Amino acid sequence: MNTMTTTTPETATTVLDASGVTMRFGGLTAVRNVDLTVNAGEIVGLIGPNGAGKTTFFNCLTGLYVPTEGKVRYKGTVLPPKPHLVTQAGIARTFQNIRLFANMTVLENVLVGRHTRTKEGLWSALLRGPGFKKAEAASHERAKELLEFIGLQDKADHLARNLPYGDQRKLEIARALASDPGLLLLDEPTAGMNPQETRVTEELIFAIRDMGIAVLVIEHDMRFIFNLCDRVACLVQGEKLVEGTPGDVQADERVVAAYLGTPFEDAPGADEVAEVEAAEAHSTTRTEGETQ
Amino acid sequence: MTTQTNPTTPLLAIPAARAITTAGAALTLASTFLAWTWTAEFPGDLTVTGYPGGLQVLTLVGAALTLLFTLSGYGIKGLGWLTPGGTNSPVRLAALGVLGTMGFTFAAIAIKLGGIVNLEPGAWIGLVGALITVAASLGLPHDQNITDTTTPTPLERFLNSLRAPAPGRPKELPSWAEILIIVAAFGIGLYVITYGIDTEYPELFVGYLIISGFAVTALFKAGLMARLSALTTKYRTIAVAAAFVAAAAFPFTQTTDQFTLIAVNILIFATVALGLNIVVGLAGLLDLGYVAFLGVGAYTAALVSGTTASAFDVQFPFWASVLTGAAVSLIFGVVIGAPTLRLRGDYLAIVTLGFGEIFRIAVGNLDGVSGPQITNGPNGVPNIPDLNFLGYDFGESHTVLGFELGSYANYYLLMLLAMILVVLVFSRAGSSRIGRAWVAIREDETAATAMGINGFRVKLIAFALGATLAGIAGTVQAHVQSTVVPEMYVFAGPVPPNSAFLLAAVILGGMGTISGPLIGATLLYMIPAKLQFLQDYQLLGFGLALILLMRFRPEGLIANRRAKLEYHETDQLDAADKTLAGTTSGTTKAGA
Repeated sequence: MNTMTTTTPETATTVLDASGVTMRFGGLTAVRNVDLTVNAGEIVGLIGPNGAGKTTFFNCLTGLYVPTEGKVRYKGTVLPPKPHLVTQAGIARTFQNIRLFANMTVLENVLVGRHTRTKEGLWSALLRGPGFKKAEAASHERAKELLEFIGLQDKADHLARNLPYGDQRKLEIARALASDPGLLLLDEPTAGMNPQETRVTEELIFAIRDMGIAVLVIEHDMRFIFNLCDRVACLVQGEKLVEGTPGDVQADERVVAAYLGTPFEDAPGADEVAEVEAAEAHSTTRTEGETQ
Repeated sequence: MTTQTNPTTPLLAIPAARAITTAGAALTLASTFLAWTWTAEFPGDLTVTGYPGGLQVLTLVGAALTLLFTLSGYGIKGLGWLTPGGTNSPVRLAALGVLGTMGFTFAAIAIKLGGIVNLEPGAWIGLVGALITVAASLGLPHDQNITDTTTPTPLERFLNSLRAPAPGRPKELPSWAEILIIVAAFGIGLYVITYGIDTEYPELFVGYLIISGFAVTALFKAGLMARLSALTTKYRTIAVAAAFVAAAAFPFTQTTDQFTLIAVNILIFATVALGLNIVVGLAGLLDLGYVAFLGVGAYTAALVSGTTASAFDVQFPFWASVLTGAAVSLIFGVVIGAPTLRLRGDYLAIVTLGFGEIFRIAVGNLDGVSGPQITNGPNGVPNIPDLNFLGYDFGESHTVLGFELGSYANYYLLMLLAMILVVLVFSRAGSSRIGRAWVAIREDETAATAMGINGFRVKLIAFALGATLAGIAGTVQAHVQSTVVPEMYVFAGPVPPNSAFLLAAVILGGMGTISGPLIGATLLYMIPAKLQFLQDYQLLGFGLALILLMRFRPEGLIANRRAKLEYHETDQLDAADKTLAGTTSGTTKAGA
């Protein structure tokens, strides 16, 4: 991890370069003129209030939507507007609401992820030559490696629908990794997770970054985002409000205003704020004391 | 009251239940050797003492099975292998089967001959014996605790009495013995199915359905089927070979063509159903016009067969006509699939239904009046000559190994080859990269495309493959029927194969499996063919059967691995629930 963080600035080749992406649905502009770059070995966070257009922006990147204006380049080439071609090019994603193949086994889910990196067609499947067997064996081996990586190797034969929630999230990541991506898009990977699971996911994403895969992550959990990301962009009402290091974004008043709103005229004064903070601090220490 | 809450307590408190069950079964068994009626007017001749006939044989088999299961429950050495799973639930099921067959025979004699005076004492003895067996078998303890509820209703307790645990690990047998068991099992299977096809009168067929339904369920509950399927998985190639050898042996058991024709039609129906299973069961594309591809294959073969009624004056050899039929079906599949497969779900179903009807109506109109003269319109293409393959005339009888093989027997064997091809295609395509892509598309198309699957392409391959396989079956069908008319390829009709029955065979049997559609097609063809008197109520009964199936066994008669996990989540995750249920039942016991 240490080596990676030091090498990041040097190998700053651009993996993803979205310029001027605009997405209109009829009269509604969901995403307006958003520029975003992700460099190799980087974890970039995308935050914003609900309805800011984060997932729409993701869908524009992955070909599920064709942006009304703007271009998305992956490693210098413009991405084709078809989801399966985007995946083939090297961008893999997960979904905000888990979209596993519920009635397939865990292993099969990952094997489906290998689809773009294998090319055995119908004839090869029917004739079952040595090439087919070799490719199948290789796919299985890679899938098992990935299951080991996320720690689900013992549940390979379970149906995906029977997995606990946290494992389903992990499996979705493994399935995305199976396509050997250069960039992984994670849409709220810790939604609904408890703090421990969030910690584990954080470790997992660092490990993925250390494999040389750039990560772009949408998340509402600010602690998670600010721990994880090298850079954070904030979308508000379809427009990019601010982009920078976690510290910069955290300190930016506009971001706070976008999330919490601007104070009223008779907003609570500094005294009341201090009082509330003190009470909060007290309560957290107390709960911590209780748990210990 | 403590006994009430003990879940394995029998439904009825009967002392020496097992002894009475044994006696009842023995009584029924003995009664089958007596005369049941006085006149040979009732089919099957049940008048001879000392020689069971027709329905008596079925009752005899059922009673013998009940007896064996009951004796196995005594722990008699050498019979333990019969009940590795449940011990008493198979007894109950077999007893119910005997009562069903016996009761049906009893009622059939009384109704057919006009009154219960026509029954000889033997029938009364048999019925009483069957009633005693069922009643006493309910006095045997349950094989399994009720886990769902702590205060079960009588119905729940009855249903639970028919449940059984899965068998444990089998004893190691030498491999030759295991292979012998597989061969014997397929031999018995062939005999049972042959018996069903050969039933000569409807009463016998109904009795056959009742007893075989209960007996097969009993074998499942006893754990014998699980043992057998474990063996067939272990010796997969041998099992598949044995199954096909058994199927190929069928025409050798026949002396006339009467039942071979039924068997050929079952094979055609089953083959097409299996092809549809690729489209529906694997790729999840609801195709309501599938029979059109069978029609395309049949019409193509008819038009190139050299019949005088054909618009083309050509006579292709068989291999060429099969290839042409397959190729034309493939083209139709792609042409119809390319625009329609952009739709999803219900919309696709409606559009394919439309295309199925378009095919039928178009073929009916290509008669020289409404359109160019190609298909003779509603009159169809008659006089399709028999196949001739390398000098082997399929229309003639041939003597093979001392057995006389009639015309339909030749076609039966040919169709069996076609079915092997389809089975091979299904199993190989299903467990491959493309098969996984189909299932992924079925599960979640958006996620599948995001995983790099070209949804349209993969769906089109499934659609075209299904069409091609149906076309191949169609080429053989044209020669078997010797006439093709548009009315053979309707959406729904009383005679299979039609699109609705094909779909029903797939759903009834079990989507995504190989044996499911085969069994579904066999049942759906045999029942209307055997029970002609039901003609008017056939579709009603068929609808009822589907509703019941959806309610009680949504995965179909044969569940594939995934569906089994989907609908009955066993061995996974609920391990914790099980222990929990165990403790709750324990506490109730302690509390009571």
